[in-house]
Parts: sequence; structure tokens; C-alpha cells
Amino acid sequence: MDDANRQSETRLRRFHQAKWDEPIILELGTPGERGVLVPEVEPPVRAAVGDVLAALPANMRRREPPGLPEISQPQVVRHYLRLSQETLGVDLNVDIGQGTCTMKYSPKVNEELARLPEVAELHPLQDESTVQGILEILFRFQEILKAISGMDSFSLQPGAGSAAIYANASILRAYHARRGDGNQRDEIITTIFSHPSDAACPKTAGFRIITLYPGPRGYPTLDALKRALSERTAGLMITNPEDTGIFNPEVDEFVRLVHGVGGLCSYDQANANGILGITRARDVGFDLCHFNLHKTFAAPHGCGGPAVGAVGATAELAPFLPVPVVTFDGRRYSLDYDRPLSIGKVRSFYGVVPAVVKAYAWVVSLGPEGLRTVAETSVLNNNYLMKRVLEIPGFSAPYEPGTHRIEQVRYSLEDLTKETGVHSEDVGLRAADFGVHYWTSHHPWVVPEPCTLEPTESFSKADLDEYAAILRRVADEARSDPKLVRSAPHASTTHRVDPAPLDDPARWAVTWRAYKRKYATPIR
Amino acid sequence: MEPLGVHPAGRRTLGLIVNPVAGLGGRVGLKGSDGASVQREALARGAAPLAEQRARQALAPLAGRQEAIDVLTVAGEMGEAVACASGFAPRVVGSIPSGRTTAEDTKTAAREMERLGVDLLLFAGGDGTARDVYDAVGERLVALGIPAGVKMHSAVFAVNPVAAGDAALSYLVGRRRVRTAEVMDVDEQELHRGIVSTRLYGYLRVPEDVRLVQSLKAPTPASEGGVLAAIAADVVDRMVDETLYILGPGTTTRAIATRLGLAKTLLGIDVVSRHGVVIADATESQLLAVVPHRPAKVIVSPIGGQGHLFGRGNQPISPAVLRAVGRASVLVVAAPDKIRSLGGRPFLVDTGDADLDHELSGYVRVVTGYGEEAVYEVSSGGAGEPAAGAAPGAVWTSG
Repeated sequence: MDDANRQSETRLRRFHQAKWDEPIILELGTPGERGVLVPEVEPPVRAAVGDVLAALPANMRRREPPGLPEISQPQVVRHYLRLSQETLGVDLNVDIGQGTCTMKYSPKVNEELARLPEVAELHPLQDESTVQGILEILFRFQEILKAISGMDSFSLQPGAGSAAIYANASILRAYHARRGDGNQRDEIITTIFSHPSDAACPKTAGFRIITLYPGPRGYPTLDALKRALSERTAGLMITNPEDTGIFNPEVDEFVRLVHGVGGLCSYDQANANGILGITRARDVGFDLCHFNLHKTFAAPHGCGGPAVGAVGATAELAPFLPVPVVTFDGRRYSLDYDRPLSIGKVRSFYGVVPAVVKAYAWVVSLGPEGLRTVAETSVLNNNYLMKRVLEIPGFSAPYEPGTHRIEQVRYSLEDLTKETGVHSEDVGLRAADFGVHYWTSHHPWVVPEPCTLEPTESFSKADLDEYAAILRRVADEARSDPKLVRSAPHASTTHRVDPAPLDDPARWAVTWRAYKRKYATPIR
Repeated sequence: MEPLGVHPAGRRTLGLIVNPVAGLGGRVGLKGSDGASVQREALARGAAPLAEQRARQALAPLAGRQEAIDVLTVAGEMGEAVACASGFAPRVVGSIPSGRTTAEDTKTAAREMERLGVDLLLFAGGDGTARDVYDAVGERLVALGIPAGVKMHSAVFAVNPVAAGDAALSYLVGRRRVRTAEVMDVDEQELHRGIVSTRLYGYLRVPEDVRLVQSLKAPTPASEGGVLAAIAADVVDRMVDETLYILGPGTTTRAIATRLGLAKTLLGIDVVSRHGVVIADATESQLLAVVPHRPAKVIVSPIGGQGHLFGRGNQPISPAVLRAVGRASVLVVAAPDKIRSLGGRPFLVDTGDADLDHELSGYVRVVTGYGEEAVYEVSSGGAGEPAAGAAPGAVWTSG
């Protein structure tokens, strides 16, 4: 079928986003307005309890009440329902434009399970004997992740992907310190197309970061790695496939070389969607790995958390894992805090249990064959979409032209930009006019004018065709009416905003208090 | 509805200089347009002026903002005509010999704009025009090039005319952050013979705009100045007392001197220690006189957009000097954006000593921030791709 026919099959939506011009909640309400009227304390109670505030130390008491909005319940409901209509997300649109994030359908039945009172009403300080059921789920899920990765031990404690990478960097540090060369081994090697947290987290943990740039095939050459290796190498922390969607086929040799100088290897598997059941961290020789349950394992992203970044380790490194680890002696499940070499906690308690419940339900509903089908389908979807996108003049996929990618592709719109003056950012804002989200890429933009698309297993051929048709339409508009694209969005909640204050410390305002301080005259 | 407090009150003044003869040589197969004889030949071959058309494209994003932006420009084809055609009522400085403008007219106009005060000087031209602007105003004005020349090796140009207009608008009414960018000098005499020979000529301050360097929406909060200060802090923290440091030219190495509390000659080679300047603007023989007697390190930064580590603008750090200090004592420093600007091309070495170039080739560690390094490829001249804009078939040679 030729392109014209195919495109005529895909009808673009006449989309317009809700636009409420809604103030933020701190601007709503009137003094004295209340959502809940709390009854006065009855005199006998007051007499029995006394002045409860007097029990608080004076320096802990507020001099003035907090500046919270004073607002009635119906106003609150309306406010948040309006805001909910002004979003895009995986339950609303074809959400394949947020590459690297593995946006997939999170089955609603799993939400129901996580909200069962048996889960939702547990308290983290309950005695182990009263929470054997949930500990069993945590333990079983650790066992599942061991099977998926080949690792010997898991901790579910870290609360996000970056928390997991930080935990693994801390394990590397603790391991070398215990061997007596902690001061010498202060360098972590990563790659520019690994997730930026693979550099940022070990840096936060005190390491010097050595970043490898790609060779001609999109991943670093072995010679580049050798230049980075020395007696100061603490470890390698990388993603594979990298953010380009290219799998480094020499990764086993990378691991061997790093081990050869005494370093350890940590595999960022936050996004393992293209390799589930196909390749395992341990089989390649990695010492550590981590999974984001909100990416690969369908626990939803939850608008930034809370989440689980599960960390796995070989038997040699298991003693360093964050505490607690859930153990089973054949009769009872326990929370094992008695691990003297542990790096300790990287968040409170023992992980975000509802996220584990959802991921566990997702895995057991699929089984091993199902997980492999997830990977195969996501790779197939990605390569179908890549074919469609590369048919659009102005789009390219740098490195290794003509080859397949794993689960995502970092495209370049450089040719379109040179031809039309329309930037990747503009294309993304125009795509919003058709009801889809589109992300450029992490910085630095080594691939010029980038965008990263990741169609997971959750999207149908019709979904992928719709997304490709939107990109084709916007590319056509970039040529026929560039002003339209460059001034987009037109059918969204808001029109183009001046982004300058977002990266200017003098002008950005990420809290209401900062906003009031920096903008004495309100914007509205 | 413009947010109060975001756009400071007051009108902005845009300076506009169009070099009407820029780009003349390109379409008719000449490799530049410098000098009256080349321009005559270009016109004889039927060249049509492009610069005004490109300047007109650049002003398109600014049209409609007359309520906020005043234009100060030069008479006739050096800007007035374009500004009027774009809907502005420009103020005009000076007079020009129409049809016979020279580099002096550009310089005079730029100086006049500095005197009268402009918030941003937008100029349409090529490397030669950028050099004229640099000669006239140095780093005192914020300037930006509309690409309209044949050769544009300098990093002061937007990627296309519309991007220049976008960047100008964004700078005038929005974020007012600047970075320094290289002005390059390509020897046109050599270029006419098919040889690209470049040197660093100076620096202009340009808007640190996303259209030139990165994303509109999510640029790094770290300014160029912050990144350079971080690189400098890393280098200085690891300096040792007895060692001499031979600082190559440029703003990255200047930041190191600044961190040490020392002055740096921007385009020269300075020898410093942790305690002071040992030799300012050193020659090769001065370097050779000191390096055998004390441990020394060479600190250089690649030329942005082009990638030369050695052989362009730092010739006093000669093969003899490099052999004396040893390859292991060469420290490369570069902001990540500078690496990104190479578009994947390797760093280049062209010391004039092929054996040494070969030894310096391979991979090098580059300090890119505080506690941050990159590993990047280095190529000797022959193997490297010519920089964007190089004449087809050109070969690299020592400059």
C-alpha cells in the first residue's frame, strides 16, 4: 500500500483539549470558607484533656497558622476535576512519545488489588507475625526478579529508579571500602546515551564520573572504554539498550574489561521492556542491576511516585543491599535487618508495597511466556513505528541506518529543521494539538533536534498508525505553513508560554511562596 | 497577556548591520568574498546579493514587535532597506558609499552602535563580517550572526536566518544570558587553493540561546559561566605546587586562570603555577626554555564547532614543547555543549609533526565539569572529517 492510501486510512482527530483557565488552588476560596466544619470540643473532654497545645514545646508551635487555601468541598472537587481534564497521559492518549519511560497500560484490576483493605490498611510498624501475607508477596516478587535477572538477592527498598542507582553506587563504594581501596577507586564509567541518572546518582554518592561518547555504531568503542579504565575505576553503570534503542552487542566484553581492572558492573534495567525473558544481567556478568516497577512491570508512574526501584545483587554483593530484605525460613517470612555490611536504608520502611502488589499481579498474570511476549511485542511495535516514521521526509534515526532497534528509537529532525526552521520542540507542541504527547530527549542533545519514541506492547497497529500520521501531518505543515507549527499549540489547554523563566534561577518559582516573593504583582 | 515582572519595562534596541557583499562568492564557485577583486569577479560571474534576503528572513520573527523593539541600523543596503521592508521605522547611523561598501563600513557602524547603545547587535554576513564586528566592539556588545556568508567557521552564527531572529527576539524580550563564542579566521588565500587553514581570531558575546545550542523548553539551568567555573574548580583543585601549567587560548582556560586569581591573555599561551603567572603570552622558545626544568602540564580546549586541540591558534605549543612535556601531561578541558557542537566529529590534532599527531590520536579524557570527565576521540588531520562549511575536496594543513 502506498503512503497516500495508508494515510487516508488514518483519520486524525478533531481534538481540542479542555481549557478552564483555572486558577491554582492557593488563589481560590475566601477567608473563613471551610471544607469541613469540625465541631467544638465538648466541655467534659476539654476538661479531661486540658490544653493539648501546651504539651508541645514552644519552639515547635507555629506563631501563625499555615497559609492554606480556605475553600469548600465542591470547589475542591471542581478544581481538581478541571485540572484532570487538562492533562495527557497513558490512559487518555496514544502515549508513545515519552520515550525511555516505558509508558504502558497498567491493568485496572491490579489497582483494585492494591486498594484491598488487606493491603491498604496495613501499617508499616505492625509486627511481622500480623503481616505474613504481604511479606509473602514481597518475598515471592524478590524471587521473580531473581529469575528474571539471574541475580542472587534483591531488595525492594529504594523508592525510585534514581534511588536504586544511588543504592547501587553506594554498594560499589561500600564493597571497595571493605576491600581497603575505597579511597583509590573513585571513578564510575557511564555512557552518554545511558540514562542521565547513571551519571548523576554516583556523582551524588561522591564518585568522579567518566562519560563515554558513542562510536560510529552508536555505542562506545572498546578502545574508548580502555582509555577510561584504570586502578581508579570503581565500576561501570550503564543502560543497555541505550536511549537510542541500540543494544551494545559488546557489553559482555565491557564487563570483562571492567572486571579486569578490579571494577564492578551495575546494569541499569529501569527499562527492561525489550529484553524480558531474552537476556539477563547476570548472564552477561553484571554484579548489580535494578528494575523500575513503574516502567517495565506496569506499576503506574503515578505522576512521579512513590515507586520501587528494586536492586539485585550477586551473592558476593548481597550483604551490602539496603535493609530490610524479606527472607523465608520455610515457615515464616521475616524482615531481615541484621545485615552488618548493608548500606542501610535509602528510604523509610521496606519499600512501596502497593507498587509491588501491582507489579506482582502483573507478572503472575502473564507468566514467563507472557513476559517474553511483552518484550517481543514491544520490539515489533517499535520497529513497525520506526519504519513508518522514517518514511516521513525530514526524520532520521542516526547510527547504523537500516538496522533494527530494540524497544525505542532516538530520532533526529535535523533535516526538517534545516529545511523549514521548525525545531523538534515545535513539532512536539504542535502534536499536542492532535491530542498526543511528544518528548524531545535528555540533554545534552548529542543527536541533534531529537525525539525519542517508545511504543510499548500496549499499543495497537491503529494507535501506531495514528501517531505516525500525526507526525507526518506536522512535518507537512512545517513545510506548507511553518508559522502554524512554530506558534503551536492552538488546541490545547494553554498556548505557547515563554519558557525562559523555567531555566532562570532568578525567575523560576517552584513554590507558591517563591512565586509571591518573586512576583509581587500576581500574574493573573 | 504578558506576565508582569517577567518582561522588564522599557523598550529594547536592536542594532542591525547587513554586509551587502557577504556570500557573493558562494553561488558562483568562489570560496569567499573577502576583498574588492574577489567581489568584482563574483559580480562579473553573475552573483546576486544574498545578505539582504537572509536578513529579511531573520527579521520576520521580530516583525510585529515594533511596540517593544527599536531598530538602529545603517543606511541603504546595510540595513535600512531591510528594516523598512520588515515594518520597522529604523533610526539610521552614518552614511555609506552605496554599492562599494567595505569592511571599514561594518566596523564604523558597529562602533557607532556601541556608542549609541544597543541591546543586541544582529549582523548578516560571514566570518569576515564577524571579524569586523569583533575588531570594532570586542566583547563589549552582545552580538549574533545571521548566516549569510560563504565561510562560517565561527560559532557566532545561528543555524539559519529564522533561528537568528528567534534568538534575537528571545534575548531582547526574555532571558538575557550570554555566552562567548569563537570568531574564526580562515585564510582565504589558502582556501582558494583548496586548503582549509583556520585560526582562532577572537570571541564575541552571543545570546546563550536554545536555538543555537539546545532545547527551548528544558535547557540546563547551568549557564556557560557556571559550567566553565566548575571545570576550572576541578582543574585547580587537582593542581600541585611545583608544576607549571601551560594554558592554551580561550575562555575555558581563561576560567582556570580566573579561578587562580590570575589574568589570562585570551588568545595567547600563558604559563602559570598555583601561585602566579610565570610567562604571559609565551612564545615557543620561552616554553622550551622552561619545560625541561620543571614538571609541566599543557591545558587546552578544542575550538568550538571545529575541534582542533593543537595546530590552530596555539602554535607556540609546538611539537617540541609537546614532546618535552609528554602526552600524559596534556589535559583537555571542554564544556559538554562544546563537545556536542562537533556533531560527533572527533577532536583534531595538526601539530605539523605527523608522527606526533599519530601519537596524540586515539581517545582522550576531557574534563567537562567538577568531578566529571568524558572520553572522546582524537584524530590526526588526514583522518578527520572537514568541519562543516569546508570547501569540498579541501585538505587540512597546518595553519
